[in-house]
Amino acid sequence: MKTLDSLAFECETGNYHTFCPISCVAWLYQKIEDSFFLVIGTKTCGYFLQNALGVTIFAEPRYAMAELEEGDISAQLNDQKELERICLRIKSDRNPSVIVWIGTCTTEIVKMDLEGIAPKVEKQIGIPIVVARANGLDYAFTQGEDTVLAAMVHRCPEYKTCNNNGKEQNKVQQFKVQTISAKESTFQPNRLTRIDLVLFGSLPSSVASQLTLELKRQSISVSGWLPSQKYSELPGLGDNVYVCGVNPFLSRTATTLMRRKRCQLIGAPFPIGPDGTRAWIEKICSVFQVTTNGLEERENKLWKNVQDYLQIINGKSVFFMGDNLLEISLARFSIRCGMIVYEIGIPYMDRRYQAAELLLLQDTCKKMQTPLPRIVEKPDNYSQVQRIHELKPHLAITGMAHANPLEARNIDTKWSVEFTFAQIHGSSNARAILELVTRPLRRCKDSFDSISQSLSKQGMIS
Amino acid sequence: MKLAYWMYAGPAHIGTLRVASSFRNVHAIMHAPLGDDHFNVMRSMLERERDFTPVTASVVDRHVLSRGSRDKVVSNISRKGEEQRPDLIVLTPTCTSSILQEDLQNFVDRAALYSESDVILADVNHYRVNELQASDKTLDQIVRYYLEKAHNEGILNRSLTDVPSANIMGILTPGFHNQHDCRELKRLSRESGVSINLVIPEGEFLKNIKHLPRAWFNAVPYREMGLMSATFLEKEYGMPYISTVPIGISNTADFITQVEKIVNLWVPAILGKRVNYALYVENQTRFVSQAAWFARSIDCQNLAGKEAAVSGDATHAASITKILAGEMGIHVSCSGTYCKHDMEWFNEQVQGLCDEVLITEDHTKVGDTIARIDPSAIFGTQMERHIGKRIDIPCGVISSPVHIQNFPLGYRPFLGYEGTNQISDLIYNSFNLGMEDHLSDVFGGHDTKGISTKSLSIDEGNICWSPEAELELRQIPGFVRGKIKKNTEVFARKNDISEITVDVMYAAKEILNP
Repeated sequence: MKTLDSLAFECETGNYHTFCPISCVAWLYQKIEDSFFLVIGTKTCGYFLQNALGVTIFAEPRYAMAELEEGDISAQLNDQKELERICLRIKSDRNPSVIVWIGTCTTEIVKMDLEGIAPKVEKQIGIPIVVARANGLDYAFTQGEDTVLAAMVHRCPEYKTCNNNGKEQNKVQQFKVQTISAKESTFQPNRLTRIDLVLFGSLPSSVASQLTLELKRQSISVSGWLPSQKYSELPGLGDNVYVCGVNPFLSRTATTLMRRKRCQLIGAPFPIGPDGTRAWIEKICSVFQVTTNGLEERENKLWKNVQDYLQIINGKSVFFMGDNLLEISLARFSIRCGMIVYEIGIPYMDRRYQAAELLLLQDTCKKMQTPLPRIVEKPDNYSQVQRIHELKPHLAITGMAHANPLEARNIDTKWSVEFTFAQIHGSSNARAILELVTRPLRRCKDSFDSISQSLSKQGMIS
Repeated sequence: MKLAYWMYAGPAHIGTLRVASSFRNVHAIMHAPLGDDHFNVMRSMLERERDFTPVTASVVDRHVLSRGSRDKVVSNISRKGEEQRPDLIVLTPTCTSSILQEDLQNFVDRAALYSESDVILADVNHYRVNELQASDKTLDQIVRYYLEKAHNEGILNRSLTDVPSANIMGILTPGFHNQHDCRELKRLSRESGVSINLVIPEGEFLKNIKHLPRAWFNAVPYREMGLMSATFLEKEYGMPYISTVPIGISNTADFITQVEKIVNLWVPAILGKRVNYALYVENQTRFVSQAAWFARSIDCQNLAGKEAAVSGDATHAASITKILAGEMGIHVSCSGTYCKHDMEWFNEQVQGLCDEVLITEDHTKVGDTIARIDPSAIFGTQMERHIGKRIDIPCGVISSPVHIQNFPLGYRPFLGYEGTNQISDLIYNSFNLGMEDHLSDVFGGHDTKGISTKSLSIDEGNICWSPEAELELRQIPGFVRGKIKKNTEVFARKNDISEITVDVMYAAKEILNP
C-alpha cells in the first residue's frame, strides 16, 4: 500500500449523477436465465427502470416491481402475506428457479425485514429467494450487481475438498488480499494438478468464455463462474477455492467470498484492455505458479491491431466524471493508449479491492510519462463542470444528464453507461472500448464550427 | 403491494420537476437518494436539451437516515442560490422523503431567510397523486404564490390588455408534441386577432406571472395540465377559460367559437365592433386543413367501418376517438385512458363514439383487450405500439408516455388546423400499411410467414391443426387469417374437438357467420 501514496485521492460532496443500483436487474436477469427479479419499491423505482431500460421493458422481461402502496408504508398490510401473494403469482406465471428480491430505499426506511421474511416465503412457495439490498441510500449504479452477487455467495454449494488439513492454517490469511506478493500465499503443491478457480462478475456468456479460454491457454481451467448462466449451476465454494474478480465494483462480493466462504482472493488488475487482461492473467498464473506463455507477444499484437484508433486518441485529454466504478480501469487503459487523464471521478473507491489496479495505473503513468491523474471520490458534478470548462478536455466521459449540455458547449462527450453494457473485457474487446472512446472524436464537426462557437441557448439569453 | 411491470404516468415528483424546469431560471432541489435524479437524463435525452437541467438532489444517504437531514437541505438550497441565482428554488419531496417525514417546510422557511431566491416546498403527496396531477398542482401553487406576492407588493396589474389577449396554460417540458402545439396555438390566436399574453410554464420568467390577470381569458389546451390554475384565476380574478381541446376539425372550430364568445364580451366596448370568426373557421377548414377534404376523398372511404382501438391520456385519447369516429367514419371498438382521475370527463367525451370504454392503468388489460378486439389499427402510447408489434397490428402513437421518437425535429403539432393534417397522415399511414400488407396477401405475394396467432395470451389447451386444414388456412387472406384461426379454435374448444380438420373449419364458419 505504501506505493499508493503518490496517487492523490480527494473526496467531494457526493452530489453527482448516477443510475440507481436497482438498474442491475437489467443485465442480471438476462445473465441468469432462470431467475426473476422483483424490485420491492415505489413508483419512483418503477419509473426509473422503465425509462432507463428502454425497450427491454417491452420484451416481457423477467423483472417486475412489487409496488408499495400507502397501506404497506403505514404497515396496515402484512408484508409477508403481500410478498407471498405476489411471489405465488410470479411462480404461476413464469416458474423461475430463483426469485431475487431487490430491497430499495423505501424498504430500508420502513425497515421491512426482507431477510427475515424471505425464508418463510421461500418455504411457502418452494422457490429459493435471494435478498439483495441494492438501494440508492448506500450504493451507486453497478454496485447493485455487487449486492446481488454477495447475496448469492451464500447460496453457492459448499465445495468438497479432499484435503481439510490446511483449514486452520489458512484462516490467518483469509483476510489478506494478495496484491503485494502472490508468492507469500499459502500455495500447496497438490493444487498443481487440481486448480479450483472461480471467477466472479456478471459478463455476457461470450465474453466469459473468451476469458475462460485465455486462461486455458495458460493451462489454467476455470472451475466456475459467479453468477452462472443458470441459478442451479452456481459454483461450489470453500476453503481451498481461489476467487478472482473481473469487475472493479465487486468489493462486497469479494469480502463475502473471503469471510463467509473462506475463499482465497486473487487481487489482480481487471481484464479491461490488452494491458489489463495481460496483467490479470499474469497475476492468476503467478498465484498458481504457472509460467506464462506468449503473453507479451499476444499483447503487442493486439496493440498493433488497434493502431488506427490509437492514432486518433494519442495525446488527447479525457475527463471522467464518474458514475459506474469502471473509471480506474478505463483511465489506466486510456493512459496506456496515449491519452492524458485529467480527473478520474468515481462514486466509491475500495483501495484494498482495487489495489492491484491502482498499482497498474501508477506504473502505466510512469511508463507513458504522463502525470498522475487526480482521483475524486463522491464527486460534485457542479464543481466538475466548472473544472471541465477550465481544463477543456478533448473528451468528457459522463452520464446522459450532462452529455448534451456539454456537447452544446463544445465539449466532446461519451456516454459512460455504454461502457457498462458494451463488451469491454478480455484482450480482444479492446477494439470495442476504443470504438466507444473514439466515436465522438471521429464525428465530422468541422463544417459546423464556423457557424457557431457554442450551440447552447443559455449564453444567448443573458 | 401491487405487481407492476409498467406504468403510464410517472411518480408525483416528476410532475413537479417538469413544471419547475419549464419555467425559466427556476431550480428544483429534490430531497432524494442517489439515482433519483433520472429526470435530468430523460429531459436531456428526450428534448435533446442543450442546457443543464436545473434539477439537483439534496442526497438522502445513510447519515440522513440515522440523524435526519439537519442543515444539509438548507445549505444545499443556499449553495444553489449563490451558484446559479435562480428566481425560485422548489424543494421537491420524493417517495423517500415522504416516508422520512422530515419537516421540509421548516427547511424551506429557514433557507428563505438566507437565500436571495424565493423558496417554496412543492405540495404534492407522493402516494396519492401521479405525475400529471402533481404538475397541475405545482403550476397552481407557483401561480398562486407569485400572484399573492405581487398583490402584497402592490404591483399586481389587473387592467385588461388593449387588444384581446389570452394566456396559454400547461405547455410543459418534456410533453408530447407540446412545443409544436404551442406554436400552432399561437398561430391560431394571431390569425383570430387575439394576442398571446403569457405562455406558462414553458419558457416564462416568474416575474411575469403578475401579468397573468391582464389577459382576457385563459386557454387550457390539455386536460391534464393547467386546469387547476385556470379555475383559480376564474374564481379569484373572474377570468374565463376555455378547456376545449382544439384537436380535430370540430373541436378546433368549437374552440374558436368559444374564443369568439369571450372576445365579444368586451371588444364591442373597446373597439366598437364585434368579431366574427365564422369565415375564418370555414376557410381554415376548407383550405388550410386538408382533413375535411381527406375525409371526403376515396382514400378515406376505404377506411370506413374499419376497426380501431384507442388508448392514451384523457386529452389525446378522447380527441382521437372523436376524429376517428366523428370525422373519418372509422369504427372505434374500444377507447380508453389511464387517467383514472379524469374518468368522468372521459366517459362523457367518448360516449356514443365507441363500443366500449376501458379505464385502467394496467397495460396488460389494455393488451388483452386489443388482442381480443383484433382491430385493424391501434392509436395509443409507446406501450400500445409494442403490443401492436407483437400481435402484428399497426399502431400510431398519439399520447405520452413519451419516447425520443415523439420529439421530432420537424413541425408536428397535434393541435389546430395544421394538427388535423398531421393526424390525418398518422391515421392514414397506420391503416394504409396494414392495407398494403393484406393486398400482398390477397395476391399471394410474399406470404412466407407462418400463421400469426394474434394473441397476447399463451395458447391454452392443445389444439392441433391437421395438415390439410393448415393448408386451407393458408389460402385465407392474411388480414382475416388470424381471426379465423382464433374463432375456429374457440369453436373447437367449445365442442371438445382436439384436431381441427377442414370439416371443423367450415363447421365453425357456418356457426359463426351464418
